Amino acid sequence: MTSVAEQAGTRPDTAPKPPGAARRAAGWARRAPLLPALIFMIVVTQLPFVATLVISFMDWNAYYPDERGFAGVDNFRRVFTDVNMRDAVWTTILLTVGVVLISLLLGLGIALLLDRKFRGRGAVRTMMIAPFLVVPVAAALLWKHALYNPEYGLFNGALNRLWGLFGSDNPPQPDWISNMPLWSVIFALVWQWTPFMMLILLAGLQGRPLDVIEAARIDGANGWQIFRSMTLPHLRQYLELGALLGSIYIVQNFDAVFTITSGGLGTANLPYTIYQIFYQAHDYGRASAAAVVVVIGTIIIATFALRTVSSLFKEDSGR
Amino acid sequence: MTTTLNRADPAGAVPRKKDRGGPWLSLLAWVIGILFVLPVAWMVLTSFHSESDAATNPPAVFAPLTLEGYREFFSGGASPWPPLLNSLTASVISTLLVLLLSFPAAYALSIKPVKKWTDVLFFFLSTKMLPVVAGLLPLYLFAQNTGLLDNIWLLIVFYTSMNLPIAVWMMRSFLSEVPVEMLEAASMDGASLTKTLRSVIAPVVMPGIAATALICFIFSWNELLFARVLTATVAETSPVFLTSFVTSQGLFLAQLCAAAFVVSLPVLVAGFAAQDKLVQGLSLGSVK
Repeated sequence: MTSVAEQAGTRPDTAPKPPGAARRAAGWARRAPLLPALIFMIVVTQLPFVATLVISFMDWNAYYPDERGFAGVDNFRRVFTDVNMRDAVWTTILLTVGVVLISLLLGLGIALLLDRKFRGRGAVRTMMIAPFLVVPVAAALLWKHALYNPEYGLFNGALNRLWGLFGSDNPPQPDWISNMPLWSVIFALVWQWTPFMMLILLAGLQGRPLDVIEAARIDGANGWQIFRSMTLPHLRQYLELGALLGSIYIVQNFDAVFTITSGGLGTANLPYTIYQIFYQAHDYGRASAAAVVVVIGTIIIATFALRTVSSLFKEDSGR
Repeated sequence: MTTTLNRADPAGAVPRKKDRGGPWLSLLAWVIGILFVLPVAWMVLTSFHSESDAATNPPAVFAPLTLEGYREFFSGGASPWPPLLNSLTASVISTLLVLLLSFPAAYALSIKPVKKWTDVLFFFLSTKMLPVVAGLLPLYLFAQNTGLLDNIWLLIVFYTSMNLPIAVWMMRSFLSEVPVEMLEAASMDGASLTKTLRSVIAPVVMPGIAATALICFIFSWNELLFARVLTATVAETSPVFLTSFVTSQGLFLAQLCAAAFVVSLPVLVAGFAAQDKLVQGLSLGSVK
């Protein structure tokens, strides 16, 4: 890829700078193609946030339309003292960190396995991608009803069959979702996201400079040493990218929580909780205050995340 | 990615002293691959079983196959066709809008970059990081007041905004692959903008545009939260239809698997077709 910085440097007009009005016109000609997308984004994504901010200071419940008015910071006070809200923050963190970490580690292991040549590598890769291509709601329904179901789900069916092989007619038949609700959601999401991590890391592995690795091997470095001191540092930016993108999507997860547990048993994450305050309690003021708090939290975290992408981006440019 | 698969064996090409674990590692890769695809395979198999065979424990793997589940899904209760068509409309139109908006924007961020183009690029990315749920209520109130609730066009606009940042990032990375020399040569020859676009830029970025379109299509097709809140009976999309369809009493597993498979089919087809571009797309064009 041609370096971005270089392009930016070489592409500006080489023609002598026309003065005043002509130059301004040229500037607008450059900006013109950008404007439709930019204006569209500002209108559709930023205006609603302004509205949310305004509503967050209002006393507004759709069940009591007459009591609409200014509420000051009451909604925020309620959000900060709400136990459910605090639980939701914690659940969101556990869910996101759990899914991202496990799927990154699994993805790394599988990417390393698939980076070798063996019979049917293409087939295994294709099989690995399949989970990512099932519609998320469909995947959640599949896990809930066809796999986790204590009576006829595949997991308990397999346990039953396995115990049967050893002549036992008393296999364990756990109720997966009730026994470990959060882990049930995490597992289903790990199944969907591991292929994604695997694909990114595999692309990273295949961009490794093979000659250097070969040289190291000739110098007598063993597999672990090569992995520790060459492969892992090379993969670092790919690991970061996977973690960042995974987090962006999983923090916002609604489908799995909504479908598998309906937010029950301590699995309600922030998107689900806000959805509930708004859609079921119809407390618009409190839902907006919660949203504002979440947005501020996200901005703080995203600043760090953006710095990471930004550094990746600079490395990319400097190549 | 296809090149990757055909590429001369990376590990094996390096002369190794001994590859003791070789066959075992290959076996392990196969086992893991099968474990990951198993739930999907199980979904497909169950969809072709009768309801009573689908609900047995231990599982009746070799039960006779039947189309009962599909028949029940397509003509049993509420027809799945309107939601499927709604999903198709919303995904296709929003994808086209995304391409129309993102291509010129990406052009202004790479080929003829505006000043501070990195800031603009990061503005687009930052909108993707904000929790969408925060915009849900205002959008709902707006729709309620303008009579746009349960209107597919509202979803189309929302899906366009949801995918636009991704598309801008992807397109920018594809457009910056167009060699500067080629652009300079074209302008030296006095080629018009349309000519340059058609004969210099298009051949290089076409695969990238296709990848962008597929990713946007998949994300729109999959979306549940906004579709659930902003639509009811008329503009309902397939994911919403799937969730409402489980409440039925009695045995429903075969039918559910048939439904899940039918709804996932377009994404499975699109995804496998774009396998080699999938990584590039999902990493916003930063991983080649």
